[in-house]
Amino acid sequence: MERKNYLNAEYGIRSWLLTTDHKRIALLYLLSITFFFFVGGFFALLIRLELLTPAGDLMTADMYNKAFTMHGQIMVFFFLIPSIPAVLGNFLIPMMIGAKDLAFPRINLLSWYIYIIAGGLYIYCLATGGVDTGWTFYTPYSSLFSNTHVVEAGLAIFIVGFSSILTGLNFVVTVHRMRAPGMTWSRLPLFVWSHYATSIIMLLGTPIIAITLLLVVLERTLNLGIFDPSRGGDPVLFQHLFWFYSHPAVYIMILPSMAVISEIVPCFSRKRVFGYTFVAASSIAIAAIGFLVWAHHMFVAGISLYSALVFSFLSFMVAIPSAVKVFNWTATMYKGSISFSTPMLYAFGFIGLFTIGGLTGLFLATLGVDVHVHDTYFVIAHFHYVMVGGAVMGYLGGIHFWWPKISGRMYPEGWGRLAALIVFLGFNLTFFPQFIVGYLGMPRRYWQYPPEFQVYNVLSTAGASILAIGYLLPMVYLLWSLRYGKLAPDNPWQATGLEWKTTSPPPTFNFDETPVVTWEAYEYETMPLPDEVTLER
Amino acid sequence: MFDNLPLWPTSASVHARYEDWLFIFLTVISVAMTVLIFAAVAIFSMKYRRRHGREAAHIEGSLLLEIAWSVAPLGIMMIMFAAGALLYFRMRTPPTDSDQVYVVAKQWMWKLQHMEGPREINQLHVPVGRDIELIMTSQDVIHSFFVPAFRVKQDVIPGRYTTLWFRATRPGTYHLFCAQYCGTMHSGMIGEVIVMDPRDYQAWMVSGAPSGTLAQTGMTLFQQLGCNTCHRSDVQGRGPMLNGVFGHPVQLEDGRVVNADENYVRESILSPAAKVVSGFKPIMPSWQGQVNEEQLNQLVAYIKSLSPAPEGAAITSGAPGGTQSQEAQQPK
Amino acid sequence: MLEHEDRPELRHHFADVVQQRNAASLGMWWFLGTEIMFFGGMFCGYLVYRRAYFPEFAAGSRSLSLVAGTVNTAVLICSSLTVALAVRASQLGKRKLLVNLLLATMFFGVCFLGIKGYEWHDEYEHHHAPTFYFNAQDLVHNNPNLHMDPQRTKIFFSLYFALTGVHALHMIVGIGIFSVITFMAWRGKFTPEYHTPIEIAGLYWHFVDIVWIYLFPLLYLIDRRPGA
Repeated sequence: MERKNYLNAEYGIRSWLLTTDHKRIALLYLLSITFFFFVGGFFALLIRLELLTPAGDLMTADMYNKAFTMHGQIMVFFFLIPSIPAVLGNFLIPMMIGAKDLAFPRINLLSWYIYIIAGGLYIYCLATGGVDTGWTFYTPYSSLFSNTHVVEAGLAIFIVGFSSILTGLNFVVTVHRMRAPGMTWSRLPLFVWSHYATSIIMLLGTPIIAITLLLVVLERTLNLGIFDPSRGGDPVLFQHLFWFYSHPAVYIMILPSMAVISEIVPCFSRKRVFGYTFVAASSIAIAAIGFLVWAHHMFVAGISLYSALVFSFLSFMVAIPSAVKVFNWTATMYKGSISFSTPMLYAFGFIGLFTIGGLTGLFLATLGVDVHVHDTYFVIAHFHYVMVGGAVMGYLGGIHFWWPKISGRMYPEGWGRLAALIVFLGFNLTFFPQFIVGYLGMPRRYWQYPPEFQVYNVLSTAGASILAIGYLLPMVYLLWSLRYGKLAPDNPWQATGLEWKTTSPPPTFNFDETPVVTWEAYEYETMPLPDEVTLER
Repeated sequence: MFDNLPLWPTSASVHARYEDWLFIFLTVISVAMTVLIFAAVAIFSMKYRRRHGREAAHIEGSLLLEIAWSVAPLGIMMIMFAAGALLYFRMRTPPTDSDQVYVVAKQWMWKLQHMEGPREINQLHVPVGRDIELIMTSQDVIHSFFVPAFRVKQDVIPGRYTTLWFRATRPGTYHLFCAQYCGTMHSGMIGEVIVMDPRDYQAWMVSGAPSGTLAQTGMTLFQQLGCNTCHRSDVQGRGPMLNGVFGHPVQLEDGRVVNADENYVRESILSPAAKVVSGFKPIMPSWQGQVNEEQLNQLVAYIKSLSPAPEGAAITSGAPGGTQSQEAQQPK
Repeated sequence: MLEHEDRPELRHHFADVVQQRNAASLGMWWFLGTEIMFFGGMFCGYLVYRRAYFPEFAAGSRSLSLVAGTVNTAVLICSSLTVALAVRASQLGKRKLLVNLLLATMFFGVCFLGIKGYEWHDEYEHHHAPTFYFNAQDLVHNNPNLHMDPQRTKIFFSLYFALTGVHALHMIVGIGIFSVITFMAWRGKFTPEYHTPIEIAGLYWHFVDIVWIYLFPLLYLIDRRPGA
């Protein structure tokens, strides 16, 4: 007889679609964002196939323009931004703080439905012809010139923003008001600190993109003229409004991934995180300073020289807390007891690739260099290093780390490590050549390109095919493990954290009794070593 | 082999040299930092891998290290910032005696107009070793003028002028790309910058010159449109005299003082009531819809020619205040 | 556990009613923070364009009905008064008074929307609505001392309709919320011990009121000097 847990507590589609259990909602999100990941990935496939040859010979230019637009919009708004917070954050935060659920369980479910409605509208937009403005919707192209479904896409993203806002709202209130007795702020897992910082950004930043896209929609439908130069409007104002959210948005995408790394590294080093206070403070600093750097996307957009200086300076500042985190994770490994589990391999990958991605961000913050590399493949390589090499690797690492807790099963360790390696190699082959071809001058969003850029594009496409395999493998073996995987013990990794003190999978209300916390976070010196078996193939 | 596998873009301008050295500096630092982290992770994970009987150490942190690895990167980054800022400042300050070329971008081509008269499409001939300033505007959406070999780029925006300057150092033919997504044939909006020896350039200039310099064409248009009936050059007419106006401050009716640059002249033609000169009535009609971008450039060039060497070639970063020739706007 | 039996409104994941109330309150304050950012984007656009096109903004502002705007401001302030009194009534357990005050609040809200709708209709008739039929030539004639470009006044009106439109949308949502809690109040769901929904709905209503208090001078009172 299986023990009662959140998965088998109730059966039937209604018990899932009307659930208020944060763990079930997390799984609903897992299914939805995985779906969108593959839709966005399909568009990436189209892009990379077209770019195998310099000529535009696989599809029309309009089709290609739609492909990169929808790849970007889907990946950013429907995959990356929700991913870790909506799946792992939703699942784990209440358990990590010793609570029975989030502060507002019904709002949690509402936020998933809002996501689904927005996703549905976006799929409708896609099915009826798509949108070709680039994920950035720059005016006046998007407001006056594009003949595609800008309104539907804009509205869909407007709506999905509210899903993000409500998730952030839930997390902030939960962390403030629902911590178990003894769970002080300084005992919180860094996962929670990072998600708290992320939630602040979600709350304060997302409304700006909402109103900005709404204004573009109104401009198109009612001919307002706010961004139309022939009537006194300023297209550059759009860019300021857009990037005021979209820059902090990238921190929404990376902070949760950093949250995961902060849990994985101490566990597989058997050592508390080096410099806990600094890592926690860095999360807050990244969120705060991240709001002050938006115009570094606009150095050649016609902003004044002096504001460019200010934004360049601040962009360098925001790099420091990220660097501090990388150093602290590395220092955590010093004199630790390291094991090379799948989550740890993803963490290594994150640290390496985020370092490269972050450093190339410095190139972009450097004014004189940005003039040359802005709007080239250098930028594309930079943001894929941080978003894919960083955020997605953190996401996959987190999925593997908490898979036993979520599903009650162990995934096959050998396949897990293999997939991690394939992802790492495929990723680098895909995106490293793009730094080179970008510096050579290949602009982004180009359907056709001069022949001298071809070799790099071919390398990149080859890498993408390897990366795709790396992403498909976990789909297969994780699903396989649901039926055939070893049953997971409560704490297979012997990790600290309240979520590991309950069963795998947990009961619906997380804890049979509310825990009373009297210990600090990451007290690995008191933990036994994990069972040899869980770390073997 | 290296024809098909370029490793470094051609360097053909004064900016390019500085930019490349800055890029190399950044790359060296980045590689060092990357190697440091990769090595640390590799060495720690090997040296401290899990072994029976050996426990992990109990270390909380180190304030000294935190300060060190915050301050040291900060210092290096300040050098990067300063070097980048200096280069950027130079890139955004065109020399006052630059040769000027007007650029009009439209979906999906570049139209260029030399002051001496010749017009080009998707090609820009320039003499080597001269400072060239491009004064650019767009007829429709935002484009971006990008010459990788010169390491220069500037967005070209509808409704206002933006500028870009360079000094080419090597004759040759270099890519010109549009670098801001602008619709269907964004990737087809490419061309060439052809840098020539000064003598070859002169020869080319003479062979291609049509009806006169840009300013001369502008003067003809000025008369054709009847501008000279109010803006007389002999006596004060109903409108201000334009001799000597360009490049100098102008006092307006409402007390403001603005600089008479390209954006000001353009706005005064398209939206004359926005800035009325002190002592005059707002009776000038708007030419919105009646002159296209190229004609505007001709008029601006003519009015410029009525002043001696203009003061400062930098164009004020016109925030809203710009207008766009409505005739040229594409239907939605 | 006992508290969960005594207090039916206490939801299972909260330890006690105090925690539940504090969570609801904090949640509403943060939500209002997001609303400030939402309106903030438009205010930012307003500031940029007002600085660039002051004459056009002044002319547009003068064409708005000062009477309607002032009455609406008074209406909303009264409605905030009734909301505050409603919260007090719920704290004192006065059910009938509570219901009446909530109804009065909604009544004021509907008055506000009615007057706003009348204004919009009027502006639409004068071709000042930012549609394809926009025409501001009359503003040029009415403001001989302002040197303005009639095209650019459309930006003022676009922002005016966007700002008041989004505000009105928030009012409608507010009235919807209030109709729900009025019904709950009528059914006797609120007591001196439990009236959190009234407090947080009140917070929302006050916020919508405060947004209007900023909108009114920024839109209606740009330059009302006599003879200007």
